[in-house]
Amino acid sequence: MTFGRGLRALSIASAALITGAFALVFFYAPNDADQGFIQKIFYVHVPMAIVALCGFVAGGIYGIKHLRSGDRADDLRSYVAIHISLVLAVGVLVTGSIWARAAWGHWWVWDEPTLVSFLIVFLLYACYQPLRFSIEDPERQARYASVFAIVAGAFVPLNFMAVRMAESLTHPRVLSTTGGAMPGEMRLTFLVALVGMACLFATLWKYELASKSASIQLRSLKRRLAGDAGLAPLARSASPQRL
Amino acid sequence: MRATVAALVRKDARLELRAFESVPAMLMFSVSTFVLFHFGLDRGALAGDLAAGVLWVTLLLAAVLGMNRLFLAEREQGGFDGFLMAPVDRTALFVAKALVLFCFLVAVELVALPAFVILLLQPGPGQALPELLAVLLLADAGIAVVGTLVGALAVQTRARDLIVPLIALPLLVPVVIAAAEASAPLFAAGGAEPFPGRWLVVLALYDAVFGLLAYAVFDFLLEE
Amino acid sequence: MATTAAGDSLPAVVLEGVGRAYGERVALREISFALEPGATVAVFGANGAGKTTLLRILAGLLRAHAGRVVVLGAELPREGYRARGRIGLLGHEPMLYRDLTVRENLRFHARLHGVEEARAAELVARVGLAARADDPVRTLSRGMTQRAAICRAVLHAPELLLLDEPLANLDPGGAAAVAPLIGRAAGPARVLISHDAEQGLAEADHVLGLRGGHQAIWAPAEQVELGDVRGLYA
Repeated sequence: MTFGRGLRALSIASAALITGAFALVFFYAPNDADQGFIQKIFYVHVPMAIVALCGFVAGGIYGIKHLRSGDRADDLRSYVAIHISLVLAVGVLVTGSIWARAAWGHWWVWDEPTLVSFLIVFLLYACYQPLRFSIEDPERQARYASVFAIVAGAFVPLNFMAVRMAESLTHPRVLSTTGGAMPGEMRLTFLVALVGMACLFATLWKYELASKSASIQLRSLKRRLAGDAGLAPLARSASPQRL
Repeated sequence: MRATVAALVRKDARLELRAFESVPAMLMFSVSTFVLFHFGLDRGALAGDLAAGVLWVTLLLAAVLGMNRLFLAEREQGGFDGFLMAPVDRTALFVAKALVLFCFLVAVELVALPAFVILLLQPGPGQALPELLAVLLLADAGIAVVGTLVGALAVQTRARDLIVPLIALPLLVPVVIAAAEASAPLFAAGGAEPFPGRWLVVLALYDAVFGLLAYAVFDFLLEE
Repeated sequence: MATTAAGDSLPAVVLEGVGRAYGERVALREISFALEPGATVAVFGANGAGKTTLLRILAGLLRAHAGRVVVLGAELPREGYRARGRIGLLGHEPMLYRDLTVRENLRFHARLHGVEEARAAELVARVGLAARADDPVRTLSRGMTQRAAICRAVLHAPELLLLDEPLANLDPGGAAAVAPLIGRAAGPARVLISHDAEQGLAEADHVLGLRGGHQAIWAPAEQVELGDVRGLYA
């Protein structure tokens, strides 16, 4: 099973887009009147949030595929998607916090629904790997992880909706910019940043898939050559160990 | 299907009445938590948002106690094997256990709610009961559905009791949001404010989505 | 749904090249045999040889990782629902709720299987539990619990009995009482795990010997010596 196809092209595209996005952010996008330069963290924070959310939902979709087909490769894809999205989610929380501190003076604002939703989503998905780790039988581990990915993936949009409804009634969003309508330069920069972040996700995803599937295949080759005796026993692990 | 669900519910009801474990514990926990809140918040009477928040957080944490024990007998006494070998629809187990958890919650609320009113609630005119019942029933349904799913997920893992609150509490945040927002006006000190019906819609939507989802994936948790 | 009464040509159990692993540890490898309806196969093997795994695969509780499993005409796991309710399992655990009485446990089991509750009362009397039938299972001795578990296993008149050391903990009176229910004369095809080589050989039509997950012996019982069986435990 080759996951590494097109990896080089994707890496180059990601690098180019991210560099391009940075350039645009620093030299092209306008400075915000109220918040100054720090507002530009928006170009990292929001694309990261969007890509992470899509990543969690993708993890759920691969979970559905795994349950239907029993193909462990889908479980691996689900695991990696959730794994990377979790890292991005931490990034969202950190950048959001920095932005809140700079713009509002506090390290945390409850009025920003994206930030609050991500806190809840982070708390939920932080259980994904411990859950996997606590189940020893690999088939059951994959199955339970898929169930979790599906339920959590369905939860993400519902949660977003509920939090937004709860906050928007009393407070306007403090970390939003220009209330929706973005001027041309901002829009371009934002789009480039978004596409760049998406490519980065795809690149990292492919990398991790390729790396994990390579080590799985290596182990099965070793077993075929040396027999069971030639292998050190597998340590218990949260990540899928067989394809 | 209905007969299987009935058989399972009767069995669990009989077990609970015989051993009296879950419901009394959830009840005692709720009342103790009210006392804790009294001291923690240093308030004698709560109203509005604060009252709703305290009530719902307490009920949710009590529900987690119930979730932990929901599948325990099945797991430890071979009940899963017996059920899996019977010629029945396996989703009946999900329906039955969700019903059981729902009934436990209602039973707990029958006592915990009056306790809350007596201990913590600031009395006010026109605190509406029918709307509160609607909120309670819809929220309990959501908690029952998610709780059953998480309980089944957790009972087969090694970190059983720890996993349940970690997974269930974030999943139930929308329920807390909706239930608290819906009941806050009902607990207002200056007289009941108009009831925000849209939160009931949110609860109903949550119940429908997770109910269907849980129904679809539950089978996969039982295999093997 | 094809039934397999004695005299029917459809085998009760067919295994071909069945394997099962737990993670990287292989529990069963290349197990192949067939069992006619009404016949008994005695399964011998040391602890950890894979006997319980085999039983659970036949019960439909575990999925085989390799090979083909056909039980009572139904291919597991694809057609598992067709075999459900026709298999009786007596495992290590009694599979009884300890806080319910014997009668309540059997009643629950009867409801799940769509069997009349009257049969439960009759079985309870036959195994000699009538006096303790309304006591919670946790108050019973191991022998009595075993008798109750046997009632549960045969309550729904299964066509295939999977028995894991059925006479463990039973006194001679108990063993005699349950013989008509789970013994050779009872009727259903049986897969019997036993550590008592003599007794197992006497009861069986076939012998399956497992060593380290491999099929070390598969032969008609008359051709198997006591020494062969003892050799499995070496």
